[in-house]
Amino acid sequence: MLGVLRSMLTTLSTTMRRPVTRQYPESHRPIPERERAFPLLLWDHGVDEPYCTGCQACERACPCKCMTVTMKDNPRQAEGTSKRRKIVDTFWIDYGRCMRCNICVEVCNFDAIAMNNTWTGIELSAYDRHDLVMDLDELLALSRAGGIVPWAEYVGEENQKLPPRAVQAARTLAGRGPA
Amino acid sequence: MVADFDTIDININVGPQHPSTHGVFRMVLTVDGELVRDLDAVVGYLHRGAEKLLENQDYRQGIGIQDRTEYLAQFPAEQSYVMAAEKLGGFVVPERAEYVRVICVELNRIASHFMFMGAYGTDVGVFGTSFIYGFRERERVYRFFEELTGERMMYSYFRVGGLAWEVMDGFEEKARALLQELKRGINDINGLLTRNEIFIARTRHVGEISAERAIEYGLSGPVLRSTGVRWDVRKDEPYSVYDRFDFDVPVGEFGDCYDRYMVRLEEMRQAVRIVEQALDQMPKSGPIMPEKMPRMLRLPAGEVYVPVESARGEYGVYLVSRGGNHPWRCRVKSPCFTNLQALREMTVGEYVADSVVILGSIDLVLSEVDR
Repeated sequence: MLGVLRSMLTTLSTTMRRPVTRQYPESHRPIPERERAFPLLLWDHGVDEPYCTGCQACERACPCKCMTVTMKDNPRQAEGTSKRRKIVDTFWIDYGRCMRCNICVEVCNFDAIAMNNTWTGIELSAYDRHDLVMDLDELLALSRAGGIVPWAEYVGEENQKLPPRAVQAARTLAGRGPA
Repeated sequence: MVADFDTIDININVGPQHPSTHGVFRMVLTVDGELVRDLDAVVGYLHRGAEKLLENQDYRQGIGIQDRTEYLAQFPAEQSYVMAAEKLGGFVVPERAEYVRVICVELNRIASHFMFMGAYGTDVGVFGTSFIYGFRERERVYRFFEELTGERMMYSYFRVGGLAWEVMDGFEEKARALLQELKRGINDINGLLTRNEIFIARTRHVGEISAERAIEYGLSGPVLRSTGVRWDVRKDEPYSVYDRFDFDVPVGEFGDCYDRYMVRLEEMRQAVRIVEQALDQMPKSGPIMPEKMPRMLRLPAGEVYVPVESARGEYGVYLVSRGGNHPWRCRVKSPCFTNLQALREMTVGEYVADSVVILGSIDLVLSEVDR
């Protein structure tokens, strides 16, 4: 009997504490900067085209084969407005298959892909799983609207000159600032 | 009078879709009235071919699969896998990375045990409260991991050679603040369950197994230690930097459900101690990966077995490489699968209502049993 009373005392003491729950759809908890939701492509605002050249490094490294990438010759390179010889033509990511392992971000040579660290990457329910296959426009939309900070802007010019390993941490999701 | 009745045994099917089986586990009970005469455990409903998947993925991709193999204690599973690859490749992990790993693993052990405490209270049938308490504290640890790795459950944070990226700013302060909250959470669970007469009546001397039989079955982890056998991979075959910490290995006396609970409760306190020491000893700066790591990891031919002490027992990865960038065979030695073998011996002769308590006391993770 005493033990049961002791248990009741414990529950009584917790009623005095602040609640840890939230009214979720109305109130979103702040998510950490490093949040890894689903991968997105980044938009190079300087040249007004994607960073991605469609080199397929991420496609080859993906453990669950959720990506399909093709490249094309960059027409703007011929015009002289861009330095990229090749540019991404099509890019699909099946969010239904993606396991959010961050490997695509680590292997990207052009820092063109990032994990979404906003709530838009988390609240992704769909009635049809085919709706979760994202095409190039959908993948670029958030970054194009300025919702995601690209590495190049965040890491800064001086860090760009450091050896790759030194800025590796910054270039993976660890270093990206809040969007 | 008794001889006039002719009783027959009845088969009762529990699971695979049963809330008390902690996943998709099925047991067929042969009952005589209220007593369990026989138990047939059926596993394999969650088989996803993780070992086969690992054969087709390179060493970095395999880490993500390891998370999913053991979804309540993900860091020990990752650690076992990367340590196996490191042993094969002969990589020396930087000290700072080792300490961060130990902190992650021990916090994960606490989170996993909180999950056990919560679910176990519900198994015993009296408390919905313990479930909420356990999940409240576990969520604190997961928030911390989310801040550290970006992912709430499937971290893929360890890499062969070290860590994937540097810890966040204020790692140490946040970890210490977390420990204070966890200590209070452990005391809450302790106050709620340990002395409670109802809880003791349901668990004391229920599902007993002797030390000899436990060793014969090859049990490990808290289930083995509850029988009084002082065996802990961290202590007896120290890996990583565990030989630098001062911690105790709690053991039980009777090998019953209550002892299994008590061993886990004490293990959480010891894990807090280890994390505190690790935070003190951790180098404040330094590399987290060896200097010369190849971009594409290729390991020499050979085979290696690396056990670690997971939250449920000895979790081991047996890695066979024939050169190249992916393992030729990766066998996962799962503690739950081994511990589950003793379920029949523990349950036969007990009441039907206790079978759920005994199953809960093993702390089952079905993804790890079936892989």
